[in-house]
Amino acid sequence: MSDFPQPAAVKPAEQGRLTRLWSSDFAWAFRHSPVAICSMAVVMLLVLAAVFAPLIAPHDPFNPATLNLMNGFTAPGTPNAFTGEQFWLGTDDQGRDVFSTILYGLRISLFVGFAAVLLALVIGVTLGLIAGYVGGWPETIIMRSADVQLTFPSILVALLIFGVAKGFTPVEYRDQVAIWVLIVAIGLSDWVQFARVVRGATLVEKNKEYVQAARLIGRTGPAIMLRHILPNVLSPVLVIATISLALAIIAEATLSFLGVGAPPTQPSLGNLIRIGQGFLFSGEWWILLFPACTLLALALSVNLMGDWLRDALNPRLK
Amino acid sequence: MIAYILRRVFQSAIVLLIVGLVAFSMFRFVGDPIDNMLGQERTMADVERLRVQLGLDQPFVVQYFKFLGNAAQGNFGVSYRQGRPVATIIRERAPATLELAAVSGALAIIVGIGLGVFTAIRRHGIASNLIMSLSLIGVSLPTFLIGILLIYLFSVELDLLPSFGRGETVMIGDWSTGFLTESGLKALILPSITLGLYQMTLIMRLVRSEMLEVLRMDYIRFARARGLSERLVNFRHALKNTLVPVITVTGLQLGSIIAFAIITETVFQWPGVGLLFINAVQFVDIPVMAAYLMLISVMFVAINLIVDLLYFAIDPRLRIDGRH
Repeated sequence: MSDFPQPAAVKPAEQGRLTRLWSSDFAWAFRHSPVAICSMAVVMLLVLAAVFAPLIAPHDPFNPATLNLMNGFTAPGTPNAFTGEQFWLGTDDQGRDVFSTILYGLRISLFVGFAAVLLALVIGVTLGLIAGYVGGWPETIIMRSADVQLTFPSILVALLIFGVAKGFTPVEYRDQVAIWVLIVAIGLSDWVQFARVVRGATLVEKNKEYVQAARLIGRTGPAIMLRHILPNVLSPVLVIATISLALAIIAEATLSFLGVGAPPTQPSLGNLIRIGQGFLFSGEWWILLFPACTLLALALSVNLMGDWLRDALNPRLK
Repeated sequence: MIAYILRRVFQSAIVLLIVGLVAFSMFRFVGDPIDNMLGQERTMADVERLRVQLGLDQPFVVQYFKFLGNAAQGNFGVSYRQGRPVATIIRERAPATLELAAVSGALAIIVGIGLGVFTAIRRHGIASNLIMSLSLIGVSLPTFLIGILLIYLFSVELDLLPSFGRGETVMIGDWSTGFLTESGLKALILPSITLGLYQMTLIMRLVRSEMLEVLRMDYIRFARARGLSERLVNFRHALKNTLVPVITVTGLQLGSIIAFAIITETVFQWPGVGLLFINAVQFVDIPVMAAYLMLISVMFVAINLIVDLLYFAIDPRLRIDGRH
């Protein structure tokens, strides 16, 4: 902002990267949007809580030695009738501290979400670049299969991939690989949006002069795609990645809730909600409510961030 | 236009062949079908007999087309877990899912279009703003949380509606219906709201934005200038012209209603095809998974095709220069 009146021809390298970022249009839009700041804060808070879960959590919910069955069904904020211990958000049926299980569940949910989006991004961007730049029959095959996959809701595709992968793994390894299978299933079900957007942008970029110039000095196809076109199509990819993150987190929670996602040994937020649903009728509402609220806060703020990014990076709205 | 229709039909057929290949490969290569069907105690003679009976001794391509032929005749093999023909199980379960999907679809379309028109006409009203903010939360809420929330409110706290199952059903021929008994109708309410809510918000937002665009057009202003009543302008002139995109999205959403029924059926323990599929995934019951995959893709492909053809029926402009 402060160096706005300076001529644009100042060598960019003389300013620090951070200063340049701070004075960009993008950062300005961020600083002036309360929704963006709030949702960013919520996401950062949840990510930090998940990363430092072992340090923050008052109990280790997966270490049976620290569990006391007598603590089961302690309501939030009130001391347990037998042991007198207090728990912020109460305990579940086995006496596990709900706050701690949420922190650890958040870890699994976020890890699966980020990893799945990363996988979808790598697949989708690669295929999109190839389809857009190379054209011809690779484009036909890639975009037709994208169309076919788009016909089916991604949750269904993820379910199928999960079921097939489960059939391939021997019973004794199923729990160990479940998280990775989940990541692959969600990632593979979600690449189409990336491929479509990147292809569209590549089709525009590849006729621009800088690409022609790169071709003239003899750079090869892969180098042009990665070093020249890719940096110029990244901003829509960023928007889709954010929106996909919200979808992936919800997809993970849904699969785990259906009992076909994360294994009981590594419960994610979806598993916790599944467990909590069982106690709804007997009145232990906290076992369900707090994981559900955490999931909702996470999904809503990532969604709002995606919406904001889309508006902020849309050149037509500037 | 006929060329276009033929090409679309041809494309749909190819998609179905590919899906059939996926379903067949699942059946053939995920685990050994013989192991799955015979279990531990068996003789080599049993194995050989079943191998010939299933046609597993023949070349892959022959097996594939045989599989497709059987599937086309409604023969999907025998469930590993229940030991009964998959077709029979699905026929028993289908009415539950179809009734649920029909009610939620109707709910989503009627309420969605109604609210969409309302929020577009009263753009700055308090009620419109409230509905729009609520719909944003509705889109972010995962389906299963909506279901749990409804169960908590109406079954646990208020004790008005049942929280699981279909209630009493009446058999009409092969079809078990919940429409004819009081408990059956009551049991439909919560699941169909859960299932239809997302689609409803989607349709509503779409109708609203399309209406807002159309209402700005000259011919609307002209219709008003001619002194036509507000109702005639809004519904006859404006709504009709928003219908093309609405029908596309609605059509495609009807397909997802059946797919998302998996989640709703799990929450409400609704004895439909979705619950059957989830149990099949949990227990790796491949014939059931393959059959579900085939059926649902036939449905999706058919819906897509119909939606594409409906364009021609609705939008006369396409009929004139309909050669893409």
